[in-house]
Amino acid sequence: MTTKTRRLEVNRRSGWQSWLGPFFTSDVGMKWMMALTGIGLLGYVLVHMIGNLKIFIGPEDLDHYAESLRTLLYPIFPKEGVLWLFRIGLTAMAVIHIWSATVLTLRNWKARGKIRYDARRQYAAANYASRTMRWGGVLIALFVIFHLLDLTIGSANPDYVAGDVYNNVVYSFERWPVALFYVVTMVFLALHIYHGAWSLFQSLGLANPRYDSWRRWLAVALALAILIGNSAIPIAVQLGFLTVSG
Amino acid sequence: MNLTLRVWRQPRRGSEGAFKTYEVKDVSPDASFFEMLDQLNERLNDQGEEPVAFDSDCREGICGTCGVMINGSPHGPQSGTATCQLHMRKFNDGDTITVEPWRALAFPVLKDLIVDRSPFDEIIQAGGYISANIGAAQDANATLVPKPAAESSMDAAACIGCAACVAACPNSAANLFTAAKIAHLGLLPQGQPERYLRTVAMVETMESYFGSCTNFGECETACPKSISIDVIAWMNRDYVAAQWKNLRKQGQQA
Repeated sequence: MTTKTRRLEVNRRSGWQSWLGPFFTSDVGMKWMMALTGIGLLGYVLVHMIGNLKIFIGPEDLDHYAESLRTLLYPIFPKEGVLWLFRIGLTAMAVIHIWSATVLTLRNWKARGKIRYDARRQYAAANYASRTMRWGGVLIALFVIFHLLDLTIGSANPDYVAGDVYNNVVYSFERWPVALFYVVTMVFLALHIYHGAWSLFQSLGLANPRYDSWRRWLAVALALAILIGNSAIPIAVQLGFLTVSG
Repeated sequence: MNLTLRVWRQPRRGSEGAFKTYEVKDVSPDASFFEMLDQLNERLNDQGEEPVAFDSDCREGICGTCGVMINGSPHGPQSGTATCQLHMRKFNDGDTITVEPWRALAFPVLKDLIVDRSPFDEIIQAGGYISANIGAAQDANATLVPKPAAESSMDAAACIGCAACVAACPNSAANLFTAAKIAHLGLLPQGQPERYLRTVAMVETMESYFGSCTNFGECETACPKSISIDVIAWMNRDYVAAQWKNLRKQGQQA
């Protein structure tokens, strides 16, 4: 028996793909990377949400928390040093996640061929969440770009003042299209997590009939926590619970 | 029962195909789906027309030869059932039924409802066997097999290779088939010597023909043997383990 196999019509790998080695270019390997980076990004989304919920405690708490991120582990690390390590790590994870998804999607579209079933497919297991992973993911990526321009760089927010985190958030969400875009994206992020947090156990080979039932509940809990926790902020601004301070 | 059938007709591989509509009258509700198609073909023969070509062999749901898309469901509306075991009582008088071949780039239509499933043979050729010479028949207790391993292996071995999993998958992935074969052999003691080479060879052959898994779970519901997608998780884990284990054996390979 040999591991060298004849590669044919559908998913031929060449150039950079063969250079990267068989594991990282195999579908199974790329799904592993998607699952691992998915865990990392999900962890970030959770921590980001918990930190930002300080907005409900008060402007000083949020601004102080934001400042503390810049001086994390200072003076062992330079100011913003740890912050940049996180930023580089997150960007790398996002790139790997999106790159794998794109390569796999293109391979899958190719594998389907051109002719579709004429009768409407009667899907029995695929749900709205699993079927919106791709385009929902694109929406989330576009949102992240806007979100960075809006609240990190400030170029998409005319009232942006560096370091004035609380007021930046309030000014941004007082614009109703921004608040609506935010909430709609959170719905798709929740759907993405609902399928992803369940699915990653399957991709990593950790699925087991003994705990398959709590996998579903874990995914529901994570999706709802992200949806409710994050959407609460723009909704509170729109309803007038959070207003510009000092 | 009187039915209207919309059937995919295609004279040969690579030629243009199209749906053709046929009226089939006086179908017994006790007839199987293929007996109904046989009834249509008898009439087409009498009229001097080309009968509808479809694959079928054992007609008792164990050989894996048959399989068509019926109204958008692989093997039709009844779960855990191959097309040959589907009966017309699952349909209503006056129904219009659309019958199509499996669709995937790796499965070109050969004629009408028959597709070429030889990529499945290639996956099996890549490692779906045990080559260790076991000699003459030995005592059944000579090789000890843990009961849970025997049961899990047997669940996976129920796969008949009909390719409904590929037909059902929105990605045209063959993960359920390949994983069932890998789990079937990889769980047993006789499968251990070649386990990691087998897993890599079969997965990579699979990936050269088919799409990848996005965990929709459609294959599991389409499978006439109701094989669980848990075998796919097992394959995913074994493939990664195999890549590491095989690294150590690289020096032994030519």
